[in-house]
Amino acid sequence: MKLIRELLFPTLAILAAFVVGAIVIAAIGDDPIETYRLLIGSAISWPDGIGYTLFYATPLIFTGLAVAVGFRCGLLNIGAEGQLTIAAFATAWAGISFAHSPAWILIPLTCLAAILSGAAWASVPGVLKARFGSHEVINTIMMNFIAVGVASALTQTYFKEPGDAILETGPIGSSAHIPRLGQIIPGIPARLPLNVGFLLAIVACALLYVFLWRTKWGYEIRATGANPSAAEYGGISVKKQIVLAMAVSGGLAGMVAINEVLGYRYRYYQGFSPQYGFTGIAVALLGRNHPVGVLLAALFFGALTRGGLFVDIFTEKVSKDLVLILQALVILFVAAEALFRRRIGRTQIQG
Amino acid sequence: MEDILKLSILYATVRMATPLLLAALGGLFSERSGVINIALEGLMLAGAFTSAVVTYYAGNPWIGLLAGIGAGIFISIIHAVACIQFDSDQVVTGTAINILMFGIPTLLSGALFGTTGSTPQIPRADLLPNAPVVIAFLLVPFVWYVLYRTPFGLRLRAVGENPEAADTAGVSVSRLRYSGVLLSGALAAIGGAYLSIGQSSLFTRNMTAGRGFIALAALIFGKWRPVQTMLACLLFGFAEAVAIQMQGVIPHVRVEYIQIIPYVLTMIVLAGFIGVSRAPRALGRPYVKE
Repeated sequence: MKLIRELLFPTLAILAAFVVGAIVIAAIGDDPIETYRLLIGSAISWPDGIGYTLFYATPLIFTGLAVAVGFRCGLLNIGAEGQLTIAAFATAWAGISFAHSPAWILIPLTCLAAILSGAAWASVPGVLKARFGSHEVINTIMMNFIAVGVASALTQTYFKEPGDAILETGPIGSSAHIPRLGQIIPGIPARLPLNVGFLLAIVACALLYVFLWRTKWGYEIRATGANPSAAEYGGISVKKQIVLAMAVSGGLAGMVAINEVLGYRYRYYQGFSPQYGFTGIAVALLGRNHPVGVLLAALFFGALTRGGLFVDIFTEKVSKDLVLILQALVILFVAAEALFRRRIGRTQIQG
Repeated sequence: MEDILKLSILYATVRMATPLLLAALGGLFSERSGVINIALEGLMLAGAFTSAVVTYYAGNPWIGLLAGIGAGIFISIIHAVACIQFDSDQVVTGTAINILMFGIPTLLSGALFGTTGSTPQIPRADLLPNAPVVIAFLLVPFVWYVLYRTPFGLRLRAVGENPEAADTAGVSVSRLRYSGVLLSGALAAIGGAYLSIGQSSLFTRNMTAGRGFIALAALIFGKWRPVQTMLACLLFGFAEAVAIQMQGVIPHVRVEYIQIIPYVLTMIVLAGFIGVSRAPRALGRPYVKE
């Protein structure tokens, strides 16, 4: 029964978003059914559709988990975007500076750079909240802009290759490249960019579940989120939990860099993230802040991203920006859960 | 030469501060009523895009500006209904609106003009004069007066500080919060319109480039008060003006470091290092009638 309820509201939110989306599509002069057929059909074809859907879902799993950990502690981390930006830069930095190290040193080193830099960046608003009570939402927004500024200034000054017109670093050492799934699993074409980062994302889901529900730290984080004053009374240091939750959140957001820098682009470039951090908020909300839910929601948004590219090409008027609108609508409907709850409550009383 | 440079920096500061000030004053109405408005960015985009499109078709910037204001109000109604009617999380809803307004202009400009997010150029003669600059700065004493010297202002502040008490005194919390949020939509939209049909001559993809968030920062930096908020906008506008003029002047100082100053300052202020910046007490808290 609980499971059904947990699935019901997200499903209703998705349906409502698609209905409003259909009105938008019809209003600008395309056929909604044909557009949705393209959107979904191109996302679930084997192997390219599914391969790309999983690839696009990977960063969203990480950012979705990042936002979910925050929520569990009562924090809204809308700074995942900044955390993953700094992490991608730090990963490229490590990958370039130690380019000649062997893979068994360089890969763990760059992964650590990704996780620790993301965690450190997110700890700042955590500490500011714990120490001075300043709101993490404002501070994480501010740090998103600071992250972009710092990463592009450092890239420009130290890591840009002369004559390169794009604001990007040089390539990382080739021993830092992590393999594509096509190279290690037979049956998956090697042309797909889907890489080990995806497997890591699944592992992160499992680990986060264990962390939140099977360890003392996770329990204390959830207790803080559920009722901070009760937690404090029960002997939990709320301040410590806030910093810990933000650090874990930032570390997860930073892992986006493993997929993007070590598994796909092999460098940092400005604007590499199409707002993964903000989509992560949608993923966490739709996934009800549970690792399994986050995984499913990320797959859903990954599929939309993949399908959006086809909508862009094969429809008359609708562009891939439709996906952004669907995403925003899903967030609005999930956030306004009372909208559905009231309706359902009413029918139950009447029935 | 030096005088010209100083004068041009002053002029540029005022120009850069104008859209920030309009959006920040809008945000002030919303936040003083108790509704967090991180959707300022999206509301500015709504104003910027709509006014550019309507001005292009109508050939008159004033009609464009009015349409932009209408769009800003329309989008802010979504925020208001979600936050006030359905008790949605205000930050989450604001984020959704920002994503929505990032997508809608690009989708529509693709459908209308076959572009990837920009509108066609508007002839110079059809552009808005510097009126928004005057409006923005005249609004400051006006907002101050409304907020501190009228019954509306008193009630608005009351529902932002202590909605329970205001409700007991017979003030409609939701009606005042609606007014606050809708005013923020109108003012932020004027700020956006000034960007597209005032400072520029077309709408481009993501043209606000974070100005809605800087406006929010200015509002916090200005401690949710009109005059201080104006000073914060001028300071942040100055940082932007200097960053533009400095481009390449001093080779070893990257402009990015100047551009991030407003954000760093806001964090410092919020932490209480430069006086205490206290938010309206009921900010972010939906009001549920007992």
